[in-house]
Amino acid sequence: MALLSKKDSKLVLDPLADNNPITIQVLGICSALAITAELKAAVVMALSVLFVLSMGNVAISLLRNIIPSKIRIIVQLVVVAALVIIVDQVLKAFAYELSKTLSVFVGLIITNCIIMGRFEAFALGNGPKKAFLDGIGNALGYGIILVIVGFFRELLGSGTLFGFKVLGDPVTKTGLYSIGYENNGFMIIPPAALIVLGIIIWVQRSRNRALIEEA
Amino acid sequence: MAFNTEKNSYTVIFAALMVVVVGSLLAFVASGLKPKIHENERFEKQQNILYSMGVNDNVGEGDVTFVPTSSVEADFSKYIVKQMVLDGATAVEKENAYLIDVSKEIAKAKNGEKAELPLLVGEKEGKTFYIIPLYGRGLWDAIWGYISLDDHMVVQGVYFDHRGETPGLGANIKQRFFMDDFTGESIMSGNTFEGITVAKGNGDPLNTDKEDNQVDALAGATITGNGVTAMIKDCIKLYKPYLQTIRTK
Repeated sequence: MALLSKKDSKLVLDPLADNNPITIQVLGICSALAITAELKAAVVMALSVLFVLSMGNVAISLLRNIIPSKIRIIVQLVVVAALVIIVDQVLKAFAYELSKTLSVFVGLIITNCIIMGRFEAFALGNGPKKAFLDGIGNALGYGIILVIVGFFRELLGSGTLFGFKVLGDPVTKTGLYSIGYENNGFMIIPPAALIVLGIIIWVQRSRNRALIEEA
Repeated sequence: MAFNTEKNSYTVIFAALMVVVVGSLLAFVASGLKPKIHENERFEKQQNILYSMGVNDNVGEGDVTFVPTSSVEADFSKYIVKQMVLDGATAVEKENAYLIDVSKEIAKAKNGEKAELPLLVGEKEGKTFYIIPLYGRGLWDAIWGYISLDDHMVVQGVYFDHRGETPGLGANIKQRFFMDDFTGESIMSGNTFEGITVAKGNGDPLNTDKEDNQVDALAGATITGNGVTAMIKDCIKLYKPYLQTIRTK
């Protein structure tokens, strides 16, 4: 990319795979389990985190030289909370329908450990441009995993994708259901997300053995 | 930087300033957007009420589509002919009764205090609908909705909503496949006000039996389903004195 130097594009691309916040750093697991029963919810959550993480990273990075180190965690929390409230209010005023879908997740964003983790590990020590790119990268890395997990859970658990019945209708027995296929109810409960996530981590590490930690 | 960011006095001043700046920023945003948000909430209520009496833009069987916000106010005044509050078995007309906070009134009524329970009367194609607001508890948080009855106490339509039920499970109470099952069910069992039970394993997943006071439950959402059952029962109980006066057999 001519727009970004090699170092900068690494900031965006690294968290997508080899330094993924969920599968490698094992952060943000809680929301990955909670909201991936439906693909739509996963996408919406990923976009919200994208906004909050990139903006929050920039804000913290701009303030990094004047934040008293003793209360830096509280300052970080205030920045996230303020951003999240502003997003919530603006959505309620101008995109009411969307805000209703989001309402469950808005509170979850504040507690997402990826956000605090990136503030603490990156934004406090780097300039705003780098911090912004790091925020985008990590949020996308988080989002990709959410979408993959959501895809399998919604497809196998409800037989739908984004609410569309891709496998036929289970009640009137059309499509796959006519030959005896059944939805797997286990996939829509949170433990299924843990298993799907485990499989992703396994696949990723067996493809790139350098990622396996020494025991 | 010129500041010594390690000093206690600096830390205190920074914290105080941060609170003032962030606090006023949020207050500014909130008060600036308040009228718009209130208007959205009002429109939503109108859309939900109209939805429960079958005034909606639904196409096919999948989605819940409300009348558009641009025309909802005109539609609301066209279809809702009377807004009342109940006092025991008598009803008094009251302007904008639909804006009453039902959660508080139901709590008051349950404690035996004087409450203003709203009831709306809608008219569409010569038919009369009695619309009752519902409010109860799901698994995580509040659930609410509207149920519209005809004078035989047969459900003409419902609308449910929730604040925090699990996506993909309890949150499906606002999906068509759940809400549509209520239409045509009677809340009466003989002469008693029975309500409608969200029942697991009633052997009637297609909901062809409209006389059993039951609709098929959502898999994996037992508590939310029980919440819907309790919400309907509780609210019907409070409205029973008045419903008895309008009921025709």
